[in-house]
Amino acid sequence: MNGATALSRWPRAGVAVPGAAALLLVAALTLGAVAVVALRAEGPGALSAADWRAGWFTVRQAALSALISVALAIPLARALSRRRFAGRDALARLMGAPFLLPSIVAILGVSAVWGRSGWVSDALASVGLPRLDIYGMPGVLLAHVFFNLPLAARLLLQAYAAIPPERWRLAAQLGVQGWALFRLVEGPALRGAIPGALAVIFAVCATSFAVALALGGGPRATTLELAIFEAAVHEFDLARAALLALLQFALCAVAALAALALAAPLATAPGLARLTERWDGASPAARIGDALAIALGCLFLGLPLLAVLLKGAPGVIGLPDAVWAAAGRSLAVALVSAALTLALALPLAALAAALPRRAALWAEAAGLLPIAASPFVLGIALFIALRPWADPAALALPLTALVNAVMAAPFALRILLPPLRQAQAEHGRLADSLGLRGLARARILYLPRLRAPLGFALGLAAALSAGDLGVIALFSRPEAPTLPLLMHLLATSRQLDAALGAALMLIGLSFGLFWLFDRWGRG
Amino acid sequence: MIALEGMVAQSGDFILRADLAIPKGAFCALIGPSGGGKSTLLLAIAGFVAVTAGRVVVAGRDLAGLAPAARPVSLLFQDNNLFPHLSVAQNVGLGLRPDLRLSAAQAARVEAALAETGLEGLGARLPDQLSGGQRQRAALARALLRDRPALLLDEPFAALGPGLRAEMLALVRAAAAPRATTVLMVTHHPGDARTADLAAFCASEDGAGRIDGARPSAALFADPPPGLAAYLGATG
Repeated sequence: MNGATALSRWPRAGVAVPGAAALLLVAALTLGAVAVVALRAEGPGALSAADWRAGWFTVRQAALSALISVALAIPLARALSRRRFAGRDALARLMGAPFLLPSIVAILGVSAVWGRSGWVSDALASVGLPRLDIYGMPGVLLAHVFFNLPLAARLLLQAYAAIPPERWRLAAQLGVQGWALFRLVEGPALRGAIPGALAVIFAVCATSFAVALALGGGPRATTLELAIFEAAVHEFDLARAALLALLQFALCAVAALAALALAAPLATAPGLARLTERWDGASPAARIGDALAIALGCLFLGLPLLAVLLKGAPGVIGLPDAVWAAAGRSLAVALVSAALTLALALPLAALAAALPRRAALWAEAAGLLPIAASPFVLGIALFIALRPWADPAALALPLTALVNAVMAAPFALRILLPPLRQAQAEHGRLADSLGLRGLARARILYLPRLRAPLGFALGLAAALSAGDLGVIALFSRPEAPTLPLLMHLLATSRQLDAALGAALMLIGLSFGLFWLFDRWGRG
Repeated sequence: MIALEGMVAQSGDFILRADLAIPKGAFCALIGPSGGGKSTLLLAIAGFVAVTAGRVVVAGRDLAGLAPAARPVSLLFQDNNLFPHLSVAQNVGLGLRPDLRLSAAQAARVEAALAETGLEGLGARLPDQLSGGQRQRAALARALLRDRPALLLDEPFAALGPGLRAEMLALVRAAAAPRATTVLMVTHHPGDARTADLAAFCASEDGAGRIDGARPSAALFADPPPGLAAYLGATG
């Protein structure tokens, strides 16, 4: 694997110094942040019964979200892997959407479909049944499954795509069908992918903030991240916030390490994987089952998006100037955040690709630390550290961009590392023998392979940052909000039309940024 | 017997035209450059690639519209002939019952097929505990149990050394002869093709493949058509 480093063992200074700097920065901003908050706390904090309840709720909702998402993804992935139909590509793009969708917008969409005055409740009421009440666990699960069902389906589709075509041919030749086929061909492939999918979704849901804030409903349905926010911002109890952050760190570190160990990196192309020709599923029952799985999947994922589009369209006309100003701020934050993400992830990836195997694993694991970190703890630590020198509120936007970049760095690292390693493994020796070094090596060996992953990573980082409602809530002054914060303020002050209009603009901003960068990457 | 009459097979943009007649029990080698359509031919006969014109007849049956499992053929791939999580005996047993609920008599037949292919006592192993040659022997054992009139070999021995390859070919011939199985084998090795009863050349021109009948292999190699002569080169 490490052909280029077989002789020298350790990477050259041009790779080692920036990589080590990025590594230290990430470690300081995650583990260091917890230490800063804990030191600042007056006296040892104590966790209340409510905090432990929040911890237990966090675990339960994350576990249930993961189980439900993966269970529903199996029939969906199975159907998508063996059917060709018009609109299949559109569905593929739709499945990439929830991951980029700003959580606050998705929550609005999920509420518009499943909430008390949503479409489903309207339909139930019209036939005399009671309206749904999703606040609490059901709402949190609905929103999390909406986000993660497509992620799970894509991971399982990758597992389907990895099944050698001969295996399907062999099964068809031997006449293996139905359940026997599932056990013989599909089961073993899925068994390899399911633990990783469960771990990834658990880790994502365990740090959930906006969903719990909007749909959690009271102290019985509070996540740790929400408890950190309340302890720090509403009660200014830093000791408790630090303890909660440690608890969350421990919980998420376990999940994140499991995800790292178990999950295959998500393929760069957000579309469906290569289509293998199949001979199973010709029976009427299989056709009906697949059609049902695909139709229900489309409805579940599409309706909330449609609700936001339909309800938001009228609100776009005559949006107040404040919304445009907020959109400008969000755009600036997103672009800076994307650049910072790359500035962290690229040196880290280069370092991890150049290190010997065991050390590389440590570097990669350290680069993934932010998955387990709380952006609020990071925000509070920055707040504490900067207050003696500057007014943190004046730095609200740069700090938000920095925190977003740190949180996006693990995703970017996971996207960039595999192609770097592959380039190194396949042509590293050739490049060595030709004496390619430094910039020439980067230009000839790495950049051609990295362009698409770079575009994807930049687009992802920009979209996530543009749509993030999290740490900005800590710093921002009400007169200079970002677009997600303004949307949240509009929604909570009952200006729903304006909120929906802002939501539409936010969707346009997030997806537009992703589309532009991703398109650049594809040349 | 295997008979292709004006067959046109299409896989993506690639088109293969073939006329070929192999009498019952004969061993025919198919040789030609990569990408010429040799594998496409086998996939078309086995029902994995669409036949858009002409007829495919095996053992007197027109195969049009038949599902892969219903066709009177067994196909051995170059690779991935065994399910990695099933034991060798289970993999072979699939040839008798896809749900693997084997009777005692069927289990005995599995043992006999393993013995015939030189895998006696290895039935409990997993495929990755076998050598490459042993894995292909197990796939051959399953084909013997299925006992279809035609056996299609898609370079299943290409990764083996010359000695092992000769051994496997002898094994195939020894197993096919008493059953009067018609064998069609794709190969890259002129030496292997020379030992066959018949040989056919798969020519490649402008992204299309063409197979124009089989001849006794001694005759074909004694007087190769221009395309085959070019493929064989100076060493041919």
